[in-house]
Amino acid sequence: MIPSLPRSNVAKWAYRAYVTLFFVYLGLPLAVVSVFAFNDSLFPSLPWEGFTLAWFFGDESPFIGVFHERAILRSIGTSAFVAAWVSALSVFVGTCNAFLFVRHDFRGKALLYMMMLLPLIIPGVILGISILVFTSSVANTLEDATGLWFDGLRPGLILVILGQFSFITTFATLVISARLQKFDPSLEEAALNLGATRAGAIRQITLPFLLPAIIASAVVSMLMSFENFNTTLMLVGSDSPLTITMFDKLKQGSTPVLNAVSLLLMLASAVLGLLSLLFQKKRE
Amino acid sequence: MASDTSKLGFYLLLAPILLWLTLLILLPHIGLFVVSISEKVGPRDYETGFGNYAAFFTEPLYWRTFARTAIMSILATALTLLLGFPIAYYIAKITKGRTKTTLFLMCMIPFWVSELVRTFGWMILLRETGVFSQVLQWAGLVSGPVEMLYNDAAIMVGLVYTSILFMVVPLVTTLDSLDDSLIEAGYDLGGTTSAILREIVIPHAMPGIVSGCIVVFMLSLGNYLTPILLGGKDSLWFTGMIYTQFITRFNWELGSAFGFLLLALSSLVVFFGLRLSGRSLAETMGRS
Repeated sequence: MIPSLPRSNVAKWAYRAYVTLFFVYLGLPLAVVSVFAFNDSLFPSLPWEGFTLAWFFGDESPFIGVFHERAILRSIGTSAFVAAWVSALSVFVGTCNAFLFVRHDFRGKALLYMMMLLPLIIPGVILGISILVFTSSVANTLEDATGLWFDGLRPGLILVILGQFSFITTFATLVISARLQKFDPSLEEAALNLGATRAGAIRQITLPFLLPAIIASAVVSMLMSFENFNTTLMLVGSDSPLTITMFDKLKQGSTPVLNAVSLLLMLASAVLGLLSLLFQKKRE
Repeated sequence: MASDTSKLGFYLLLAPILLWLTLLILLPHIGLFVVSISEKVGPRDYETGFGNYAAFFTEPLYWRTFARTAIMSILATALTLLLGFPIAYYIAKITKGRTKTTLFLMCMIPFWVSELVRTFGWMILLRETGVFSQVLQWAGLVSGPVEMLYNDAAIMVGLVYTSILFMVVPLVTTLDSLDDSLIEAGYDLGGTTSAILREIVIPHAMPGIVSGCIVVFMLSLGNYLTPILLGGKDSLWFTGMIYTQFITRFNWELGSAFGFLLLALSSLVVFFGLRLSGRSLAETMGRS
């Protein structure tokens, strides 16, 4: 059961074997995706035809690599645009929420806090369709009333940004609140005693203290936005983010270009993930 | 912090959260409900009624898909718990120090990779021309290509893969807080392995088990990619049905009713799960 209790060797090895098998199960799909990005074949499957970088840099049909595939490059740009907005909005609202929940007591605080957590338990597809239905009916009403067009409320990037923001903010709020809770208010009081203004004290003392959490939540928000599929699927218009483009290509039948994109995505997530871990370490 | 030096500052902080929750969560869900209880009687002409919900209960395809999604999600949750518990126990109790951190971080890897990429990986492994099929042929175990994709087992493999992290993490956290000496005491008093598990370890891990199960069930229920890509055209997953009503059939009224039913089921499970564990939503969801 625990190392200090005697156990038969067979049981020990069986347990170890199971754990190993489990990690093979975790790693296998990711490994094959990565390996077949380098296969010199038109399909991401065996047999191995030799090593190639064509799926990254190739510019001759049929070997068009990621860096020459227009649709994918454009959708990476779209995803980055969406992710930047989502991350900025979520971190801003998350920071406000953290100050609100940690620093203030008011009637209905517990209820508001519970409501803030709700986006976590609403399935992403439902979040998407509810925003779609709501904005469409608002757009219809406005268009009937004014005779103008309100394209921003129709499926498109604005709705994708709002949809992702609607649940990613909860994560940002939780991360930043946790950090703010550890802040010693006497530091701010000291600044006030030394003649700082309230805003000055927050800017010079509190915000620098919160910075690691703010950066970590910005990174995580960006990752979540980049990888989001369910909510985005319901709100997407003509400009599709990367996950939607990849999904469409996957349904049509896949070429190793998708493996190459996936590998790049994994590398990017790994780098961002490590960065946020480093910042979290610094926090402790 | 009870006294607010500036009321204005307080309202400035309150504004963003109220805007966010009202405009993006509350009103859209009320709107969804309103649309779900309106029936189309002519072009741009609607009547209030529960016809869409009636359609759900009278059309076997709809409620069977709903039931199937729920049952498969329960199964996926049970399987995730069964497979994840020994791993969590191993990480929390058997390993120490560096190994422990490494294994724990390795469990997180799937989370950092887009669900699309993970599912794509399983497609490469399982399909007719896939790695498993070819390896089996090469080993001489089968004579022709085997299709392992597009069935319920493939969906299950994908669902467990996607959600296992959300089971392992809360389990490791709760098991970590179990004092080893309790296990030793149980052993000294003559308890067998299964008795110690039943009487000491599992009761202690219960909060983690419940919150893990809630999250995994919710994620499976609301999953779209895994069932559609690994289950193929006949996967019959309820989120797929919602998508069809909204995007392909453009029947938003029925789609909204479906959406509301899915939300209701998911919320009920969360509610009863929390009642069962006696913990608040903040404790369960706020941690992970």
